[in-house]
Amino acid sequence: MSAPDPKHPARRVRALSLFAVGEPWIWLTNAALVLCVSMIVGLVGLVLVEGASTFWPTDGVRLRLLDGSVVIGEVTRSELHAPTDVAIREQVGEAHVAQAREKIAAAGGEARRDLVRIGNYEVTGEHFRWVSDFNVAERGAPKDLVVFERVTWGRFYGTPVRFERAGVKTADGTEDAWRAFEEAHPGCRERLETRRRLERVDLGRVNHALSEARLTLRRAEIRAGGVASEADQAAWRTRTAELEAEATRIRDRIVAIDKENDGWVVIMRIADGKEVPIRVADVVRAYRPNTLDTAGRLGVLVSRWREFLLDEPREANSEGGVWPAIFGTVVMTLLMSIVVVPIGVLAALYLREYAKAGVVTSSVRIAVNNLAGVPSIVFGVFGLGFFCYTVGASIDQLLFAEKLPNPTFGTGGILWSALTLALMTLPVVIVATEEALAAVPSSMREGSYACGASKWQTIRRIVLPKALPGIMTGAILAMARGAGEVAPLMLVGAVKLAPELPVDGIFPYVHFERSFMHLGFHVYDLGFQSPNSEAAKPMVYTTTLLLILVIVTLNLAAIRIRTSLRRRYAGGQF
Amino acid sequence: MAAFGPSTAQPAPGAPEIHAAVANEEAVLDIDGFSLWYGAARALWDISMRIPRGKVTALIGPSGCGKSTLLRSVNRLNDLIDGVRIEGDMRLNGDSIYDRAVDVIELRKRMGMVFQKSNPFPMSIYENVVYPLRIDGVTDKRVLDEVCERSLRGAAIWDEVKDRLQTSGLSLSGGQQQRLCIARAIAAEPEVLLMDEPCSALDPIATGRVEDLIADLKGSYTVLIVTHNMQQASRSSDYTAFMYLGRLVEYGPTDDIFMRPHRKETEDYVSGRFG
Repeated sequence: MSAPDPKHPARRVRALSLFAVGEPWIWLTNAALVLCVSMIVGLVGLVLVEGASTFWPTDGVRLRLLDGSVVIGEVTRSELHAPTDVAIREQVGEAHVAQAREKIAAAGGEARRDLVRIGNYEVTGEHFRWVSDFNVAERGAPKDLVVFERVTWGRFYGTPVRFERAGVKTADGTEDAWRAFEEAHPGCRERLETRRRLERVDLGRVNHALSEARLTLRRAEIRAGGVASEADQAAWRTRTAELEAEATRIRDRIVAIDKENDGWVVIMRIADGKEVPIRVADVVRAYRPNTLDTAGRLGVLVSRWREFLLDEPREANSEGGVWPAIFGTVVMTLLMSIVVVPIGVLAALYLREYAKAGVVTSSVRIAVNNLAGVPSIVFGVFGLGFFCYTVGASIDQLLFAEKLPNPTFGTGGILWSALTLALMTLPVVIVATEEALAAVPSSMREGSYACGASKWQTIRRIVLPKALPGIMTGAILAMARGAGEVAPLMLVGAVKLAPELPVDGIFPYVHFERSFMHLGFHVYDLGFQSPNSEAAKPMVYTTTLLLILVIVTLNLAAIRIRTSLRRRYAGGQF
Repeated sequence: MAAFGPSTAQPAPGAPEIHAAVANEEAVLDIDGFSLWYGAARALWDISMRIPRGKVTALIGPSGCGKSTLLRSVNRLNDLIDGVRIEGDMRLNGDSIYDRAVDVIELRKRMGMVFQKSNPFPMSIYENVVYPLRIDGVTDKRVLDEVCERSLRGAAIWDEVKDRLQTSGLSLSGGQQQRLCIARAIAAEPEVLLMDEPCSALDPIATGRVEDLIADLKGSYTVLIVTHNMQQASRSSDYTAFMYLGRLVEYGPTDDIFMRPHRKETEDYVSGRFG
């Protein structure tokens, strides 16, 4: 160390307190951000991992238990537990307790148990079964194990033994039967699809025409004040007879198809050795999990996702697809945005540009802001009482009197849901728009006035274009809030299963009065209302993942529009 | 002359000194006993002055003396502020500005205004310039094109932007933006061009260009310009009015005001002794 310079004595540096430097605030703010990010990443990660892995086909297992019985199926999850004596005795039976104890001791006192999806519900009466590993005498993954995903009764696990065509055996042995099944399957599915089309489209059209005819008669009755004229009644009778005849023709074709499909049967041997006939047409998808390579598994995954995205749900929503829910969510959200954005923007324009600042204006502003804090279920109750039972009932009285007492608009529907959510998201749009309007520099307004522009011209040509990106932000927030909302929808139109989409090929093509399926409600329904909750659980994740994706997509679209607007008004090309 | 209120700190000056040369000019704008209050605060005290046709008239004076208020009163921009009250009148080519029957919007169309801070609109250069015509409902592309080119040439910015008329007005530099605003202000052939410190936010080079432009505009337009910059006033204006504490103190040919002012306050201000 050098000697101290006498001219420049070392200044005593006063220790700056940590708080004065501000270091702890950096940590604190950083910690808050980390907390937020980890919560979001955790949630999205869970949904992503669980949702993405749901449709991956796992290996099939064949477990021979200590008592000689056999369990086949797929292991869905495993857990460790310390079994009690009673539990061991109950599971393995008195004869094998000693053997089981030995196994547990060898494993260090703990036992693993697997939740095996055993399927075959019509035979076993349950979809899942816990199997502890101390109860397993032999574990195998047989190559001949076949998984069927069926139209009804859920999954089926078994081994094909023979194939029958119209009651006559055409193939014997696992491999031949499987080949015969694979050959027959596409044809059967095609026939089933034809049958579905006949039932849904053709029969639906006839039924629609039938009810139209009845409504025409009813209208005539209302016009005549009681009894319709002889001519009207005769017309109705002729029309109905025609339609009934057509319906019978269609039903005959359906019966014929059913009869044909009944003739294609694969006989399967299940876990306990029994033979069970399975109609080929009932099988949605079939694969042999233990012979699949990665490409094969990917194929099953893709096929399952395809079904999930594009098909209708079956088996109480726990299987099949969610297409109606995707469609309902998107249509409802867009409808809501179309309603809420213009109203909110106009209201904000008046509040910011025209209304004189004062007590009334501030009160209105405070009231609007507080509206954002009202629980969403309250909006649902309001929507039900006002839109459905008051407005809707009046519309029914005026326009759809012939259908009464069956309500048309007087009950929950996609229009009322959109309006209810529009009301709920209105404060978001108003507040965002007001902020955006306030941010337009007064120099621009003055410049416009100085050119001789009227107030409206100034608003339309200067203020609104400049505020548009901010307004879009409000619309994005409103959309995100509205798309994820469930509680009010349960009251005003979202249902568990809506076979008819709000948009279809029957005049007037867009049916605002129809109830609809919604992904958010679907998640609730799957998770908490499903009779087979264990099978529905993975679907909760996939549906949640899908809902998030739908919202992200809608938001990204809106953000794209906003970015292009922003670029347009702040530099760049026109 | 109306009696002055007792509220000012300064001793009430006498009647404004108006040089004889001003009276000989033909007036476009005649300000006649004009007073203005913001709420209870009086900002302008009985201003009377005539703005000569085809000349540049500068309004000078220390901050808060009411120059900008007077300028904004000419096209009634002060109407937009709550609690503004006026007395007296102004006449544009003989038409009253503050008469009840006057349509403010029509009135403003007869004037152009350039602001302290350039304020191009969030639209293309082309649309910025033809904005006064657009709001008048002009849609004839030929007319608009012609006005656009003429105004941009008039504002000496045509050569710089002629190849990118469709880019945003906000993409220009500060000096270009201000000249764009001048082009916009002259697009509708105004009877008076009002300029509120048009160069105060510009660098010296851009200032020089705008000053040259003002010199070019002289003759074809009547310009009323507010400025803080003595050199600018002396360089580019024909007449200068010195205002102080809301009153007109002295008004005359620029050379006289700067070289031979009649009033002591004027002399003190132009020679930099106060203000």
